[in-house]
Amino acid sequence: MEYHSARTAEEAIELLTETGMDTRALAGGTDLLAQIRSGRVRPQRVVDLKKIPEFHSIEESESGFQIGASVSGAEIGEHPSLRAHWPGLVEAAELIGSTQIQGRASLGGNVCNASPAADTVPALIAASAICSVIGPGGRREVPVEEIVTGPGQTSLKLGEIVAHFRLSRRLKNSGDAYLRLIPRSEMDIAVVGAGVALTLDEDDLCVACRVGLGAVAPTALLVSEASNALLGRAVNDASLADLEEAARAAARPIDDKRGTRDYRIRVAGVLARRAATLAMKRARGLDK
Amino acid sequence: MRHIRATVDGEATEFLCDEGSTLLDALRDSLQKTGTKEGCGTGDCGACSVIFDGRLVCACLVLAAEAEGATVETVEGISKEGVLHPLQRHFLEDAALQCGICTPGFLVAAKNLLERNVDPSEEEVRFWLAGNLCRCTGYDKIIRAVLNTAAELRGESS
Repeated sequence: MEYHSARTAEEAIELLTETGMDTRALAGGTDLLAQIRSGRVRPQRVVDLKKIPEFHSIEESESGFQIGASVSGAEIGEHPSLRAHWPGLVEAAELIGSTQIQGRASLGGNVCNASPAADTVPALIAASAICSVIGPGGRREVPVEEIVTGPGQTSLKLGEIVAHFRLSRRLKNSGDAYLRLIPRSEMDIAVVGAGVALTLDEDDLCVACRVGLGAVAPTALLVSEASNALLGRAVNDASLADLEEAARAAARPIDDKRGTRDYRIRVAGVLARRAATLAMKRARGLDK
Repeated sequence: MRHIRATVDGEATEFLCDEGSTLLDALRDSLQKTGTKEGCGTGDCGACSVIFDGRLVCACLVLAAEAEGATVETVEGISKEGVLHPLQRHFLEDAALQCGICTPGFLVAAKNLLERNVDPSEEEVRFWLAGNLCRCTGYDKIIRAVLNTAAELRGESS
């Protein structure tokens, strides 16, 4: 196996595009190196992206945040401004694995590994994250919900990589939250994950809402029926009950050792409701 | 083969590695630093914990070639001039080990925690060390040893 540490995006794209080579992009490596060891993948070439400045930095500007695809969970958790603007996304990133995994695991890797249960994907969907994808054809912007197309499958073409994620600043009276259920308190894979971001107006009515659900379908879902249940309404028992029902209706999970289909459907509704309630409290400034 | 230059346990170090091998392989096989243990090899058990450019990581999930120019701290650099680090002393005093395979990883992870926070709560210690598995002790004595070390480092009697 060849190892290359790319210094520029152009170099990385060239190395990833060469035909006839089974090539993998390397960010934190917490999924890829375990897959290589198990023999699930046998790349001939690995291209490390971590030394490319765009990939390893968090930039904040008037328009929002640019999070490099290889920035680690620990770095995301230690960024005070990101915590203040997108606490739900930060929680999702910090839920992944142990302290050791947090030192390496990245947003780009979590998205492009394309696990249906990836924790950051529902939170990124809720936060309306845009992926900046670079490749042989140049740069294009892709909503995060369009990257993953199935378990282990993405819409990225040969030689394309996610370079960074773009998030707006937190709007006035807005909040986000991510909650997941696992069979124990730490170090496990989501049975269900739910991310919600919403905005309230001066009359406390919900004027914007995005709901992302993880681990209940082949990919994380953007559930517009669930956000529609809140739009134009007060966030109260009646509207939250409609959101809960819409989340359940959107879930089409499998049975596995972590939970049955019926259990996951039920939990999807409960978590979506609790995440929406927490996001509302944050929007009102009642919770950090 | 690739020629790597890194700082390992405070010393400028050079080694040769296969491009597909891990930092754990390089530490144990090329540098004979066998204090760092291999448990699962998949990042689940924490036995191979090292500090890589200031971050706690599993050496089995880092390629050896990624160490070019990096600073790596292993359990073998914890004691200084034959004097045990307070964590090592408290692990002995509090009987925080039995078979010992997990101990290097716990020492490295706990040292990294105490360098960031010298007054952690028990809950913070347990969460920080959740990626280090021990199948002998039941963890209580390990947690106690870390908390007692923290108290000593704060200048309180333990």
